Amino acid sequence: MTETPQDLAETPVEQPDGTTEQVAPEISPADETAVGAAVEAALQAFAAAADLDQLKAARLAHTGEKAPLTLANRSIGKLPKDQKAAAGKLMGGARKAMESALAARAEVLEEERAARLLVEETVDVTTAVRRRRVGARHPLSVLQERVSDIFIGMGWEIAEGPELESEWYNFDALNFKPDHPAREMQDTFFVDPPQSHLVLRTHTSPVQMRAMLERGAPVYVLCPGRTFRTDELDATHTPVFHQFEGLAVDKGLTMADLRGTLEYFARQMFGPEARIRLRPNFFPFTEPSAEMDIWHPGAKGGPQWIEWGGCGMVHPNELRAAGLDPEVYSGFAFGMGVERTLMFRNEVPDMHDMIEGDVRFSQHFGMEI
Amino acid sequence: MRIPLSWLREYAQVPADATAEDVMADLVRVGLEEEDVHRPLDEMSGPIVVGEVLEKVPEPQSNGKTINWCQVRVAPEGRPQPLSGEGIDPSGVQGIVCGAHNFEVGDKVIVTLPGAVLPGDFRISPRKTYGHVSAGMIASARELGLGEDHDGIIVLSTLGFSPEHGNDPEVGTDVIDLLHLRDEAAEINVTADRGYAFSIRGVAREYSHATGTPFTDPASLVTAPEANDDGYPVRLEDRAPIYGVAGCDRFVARTVTGIDPTRPTPPWMSARLRLAGMRSISLAVDISNYVMWELGQPLHFYDADTLRGDIVVRRAQEGERLTTLDGKDRALSAEDLLITDDRGPIGLAGVMGGAETEVSDATTTVLIESAHFDPVSMGRTRRRHRLPSEASKRNERGVDWEVADEAAERAVQLLVELAGGTPGPGITDVGTRPEPTVVELPASFPTALMGVEYTEEQIERTLADLGATVEKSTAAQPGPDGGAVGTVFTVTSPSWRSDLEIREDLVEEIGRLVGYDEIPSTLPVAPPGRGLTRSQADRRRVLQGLAGAGLTEVLAYPFVSAAQNRFFGAATAEEGEAQRMVHLANPISAEFGYLRTSLLPGLLEIARRNHSRGFRDLALYESGAVFLPGEQLGSASIPPLGARPADEVLAGLEAGIPDQPRHVAAVFTGHDSVAGPGHTPRTWDWQDALGTALDVAGILGVELTVAQGRHQAFHPGRTARLSLAGGDGTVVGVAGELLPTWLETADLPARTVAMELDLDALVAAAADVVVAQPLSTFPPTSQDVALVVPVDTVAGEVLATLREGAGELLEDIALFDVYAGPGVPEGRKSLAFSLRFRAPDRTLTADEASGARAAATALAAERHGAVQR
Repeated sequence: MTETPQDLAETPVEQPDGTTEQVAPEISPADETAVGAAVEAALQAFAAAADLDQLKAARLAHTGEKAPLTLANRSIGKLPKDQKAAAGKLMGGARKAMESALAARAEVLEEERAARLLVEETVDVTTAVRRRRVGARHPLSVLQERVSDIFIGMGWEIAEGPELESEWYNFDALNFKPDHPAREMQDTFFVDPPQSHLVLRTHTSPVQMRAMLERGAPVYVLCPGRTFRTDELDATHTPVFHQFEGLAVDKGLTMADLRGTLEYFARQMFGPEARIRLRPNFFPFTEPSAEMDIWHPGAKGGPQWIEWGGCGMVHPNELRAAGLDPEVYSGFAFGMGVERTLMFRNEVPDMHDMIEGDVRFSQHFGMEI
Repeated sequence: MRIPLSWLREYAQVPADATAEDVMADLVRVGLEEEDVHRPLDEMSGPIVVGEVLEKVPEPQSNGKTINWCQVRVAPEGRPQPLSGEGIDPSGVQGIVCGAHNFEVGDKVIVTLPGAVLPGDFRISPRKTYGHVSAGMIASARELGLGEDHDGIIVLSTLGFSPEHGNDPEVGTDVIDLLHLRDEAAEINVTADRGYAFSIRGVAREYSHATGTPFTDPASLVTAPEANDDGYPVRLEDRAPIYGVAGCDRFVARTVTGIDPTRPTPPWMSARLRLAGMRSISLAVDISNYVMWELGQPLHFYDADTLRGDIVVRRAQEGERLTTLDGKDRALSAEDLLITDDRGPIGLAGVMGGAETEVSDATTTVLIESAHFDPVSMGRTRRRHRLPSEASKRNERGVDWEVADEAAERAVQLLVELAGGTPGPGITDVGTRPEPTVVELPASFPTALMGVEYTEEQIERTLADLGATVEKSTAAQPGPDGGAVGTVFTVTSPSWRSDLEIREDLVEEIGRLVGYDEIPSTLPVAPPGRGLTRSQADRRRVLQGLAGAGLTEVLAYPFVSAAQNRFFGAATAEEGEAQRMVHLANPISAEFGYLRTSLLPGLLEIARRNHSRGFRDLALYESGAVFLPGEQLGSASIPPLGARPADEVLAGLEAGIPDQPRHVAAVFTGHDSVAGPGHTPRTWDWQDALGTALDVAGILGVELTVAQGRHQAFHPGRTARLSLAGGDGTVVGVAGELLPTWLETADLPARTVAMELDLDALVAAAADVVVAQPLSTFPPTSQDVALVVPVDTVAGEVLATLREGAGELLEDIALFDVYAGPGVPEGRKSLAFSLRFRAPDRTLTADEASGARAAATALAAERHGAVQR
């Protein structure tokens, strides 16, 4: 807030010795020419002020206690009666002219100061530091969520089960006959003692059985999760890995429904150009069984077929183990490796990167894959 | 399984110009997965020719070795050398330095001439050595990639190329053709159900299925003679069959006498065996392997002169031992099926023969065993003795019962033809033919399962192509619309397909032979779903929230040491509580043979690894299962397959499965951010660990109670125990600074802090419905209070007391200062709290607020001896 000349004019000048001093006027309040010249000098001084400090000095000089016009104004009372009115008017006009000139100049100078301040406060934005650490999800977790969401969108639900499983759920319920070589296809971690019949699940398929036992039919579930096999860690193997497995049991499901589901899923994951190829294979828990390849248009090194997972029609013994009648219901199942999917989808060259926990791996992906 | 193409071509119509890749591309369509290609000529090229040693001059060298300076004729005498090039002498005679000594002047040898390339990118060129220019090399088996034998160079007479053998190749003959090296093998992966495909016979049949070309069954080319009573006496005496299946249900024995043990394996046979991945050992052994590869029937040859009395096939008795032909002395189990004679065990049936009766380089009379064994028994013996062999591989997957006599006859023929033997007159063939598998297949069923419209003709023809016998009749159809009358096929599975047991098996055969590419695509519509369950969504929000809060998610293996489990315990366990843990029977590493009871060991190991890679400021988290076994570990028996177990049985299984709650844990080391102009990072401290734990609870809307805690892995004075504020106050986790002495030994930075929570317990405690709180719009009144309490008083407890004492008018309370020093008596400290009061329905007066504050401090005085300062 700028002080107005009026305020100053009505405040007696405070002298260093504490007294207020009345100073004789140098110009007469009735002298139109002299007053005009003094006003003109004031206006010039205001206009010449380069900053607010100079403006303040000019204001004190021209409207302060000892300024000629202030003194002249104070001496109006001493004029003859008949001159008082004209002098008052003259002085009022002078004060108004100075007040408005001072206010205008002050506004200009304040704007200038504000603008200068903004320039002076300029920083180098490239020197900024990240004061808050940036977090990241693990891509294997994000991929499982992504896959889950695709199936949820199709009306499927997400089923879960324990990682440390009864052998019955991991093998027998899924039609792995005792002593069949298929049991050894999946190098299994057994719990000590082996008579406890507990294993680290070798696949997410035991969750299928749990889902069927809990929900009956129809059932459409996706089972993502951690799985274990006694492979040594190398560039393409890890003893601890992840799978997602799908199971649909309903009346009248066929291998065509399996293909359709896989194709839909593949297109969601890899774009509209993605395709599926089925090749005969063997799994104890499906009959017929197939190996599934995906046509990956965006694959590194050009579009190609990539082995993605296994699938087939649920074996009637598995339906029976869940208390479902294979004469009434049929179903299909499929399973893929999450690590493998991430490897070819996101061009991860080495399994070690996924399991070692190097923060650079997760942080490169951030929250997305 | 490796398939040499020359062998396959004998029984299948493989085009002459087809490569191993072409063959694999055909086979993959019927489900035999491609693995690899083996093509010797990819690594080797000529000129490699037959040479005759004309001169051999030994030249002792200063290094103590003696080399031979040889003149070797490599083009027929009197004819011009047809080859040319650098280092090839137009005279047809090459000067060659040879370090080996196992040959004489006049021997025919294999000469790799300049320009030749041998396996390992070994390029032959003339080179100066030992004072001569050696223009080529006299080759050993190893140099040609024919075997590991490096005792010397190959003398062709030892391979059966000599005037006495009636097979004497001319000098200059191309060795690549002479040794049948112009061949290649396709390696395919045979699935566990298809034992028959472990043979040229089976793969040739599959090739014919894949390509629609004719197939010649090699078994049909052999006519086995009728059994008679003159054969070697064999008795099948299995008194302990597994699952009621006799260990051996057929045993064919044949004798061949007068074998010449000096005869070499002919190069065509050793070339095929080598391509198939088998070492050539001796002619007799090679013949048994050759027949196994061709027909899929494992054979065993005994030196008949070493046998004593009748052969009896029986189970082992406890305490019996056998030295197998790999030289190992083995203790036998009562379940092992044995071949025995009067002395006792002479072989682990179908898995490996015994050392005492094996054929040797002096054997002249061979007894051939061609038997059919129970796959389950074979598998158990193989696993028990860790004896994987080509024989056990086939016997475990099931061998064609019918082919035993034909395989024996084929072996007899080869021993006669190649080894100079004479067939013995006796022919033993004992056992019982199993009942064939018969499956009823409704004609509508393949379509119902595959979604492909198969015609009845297609079904019938496909099954017949497989070798099945198919009969057609009309009957009521099964299935949901059962009752309708239609065609039913009665299918008798071929003897070599023990895997075709149910109608679904037949559907797969129809599907794969007609082609999986025929399967159309339809998208089934699932019933409306519920989306993620509340707890699934809650867990996601926690994981996402922690990442949003600046932590990085990692995933550690759950394998830890017993010591780690004991030290870290379970986050929810009381200090000193005995820790049960799960031990793996076959861990990857013996040290880390236990399943984690806490996420912290894995997370800290990852922190340490990041440190060693130069990342010192870390905020890591993981969520995953921990394994907390109870009293019962597993279940002694498990239900059979193919039937739904009773609810009690399922409950029993469930009771034996250890609790596996999902936990979430975080570890912080170093600083919270990176230093920079105008920014000084903060060192993570115990409050960050605790705050993160409270944040997790906050995300779920669960209130936790923080109390002084004790945990052996944590700093005894800087540990918070976290429990549910509601309900029974279950302990759900721990947070604080890790034990400084442990951090030092663990190579982790001082002041590393951590927290772990039972995420499942938190999710379960989250309210189903969060009820809204009325928002008072009347102005609050704030008052402070400073209380002097004994120095070991826990501030949180005082705060809780004040909250309780202040009553409903108290809206919020916070500790804002802790002070000890001048003005406060020794042994005491001052706690300063700010209290904010507000009423729901009126503006509070100062007196009302002061009254509430006074009530609060009075209760604190009573409970904690607090004195207002």
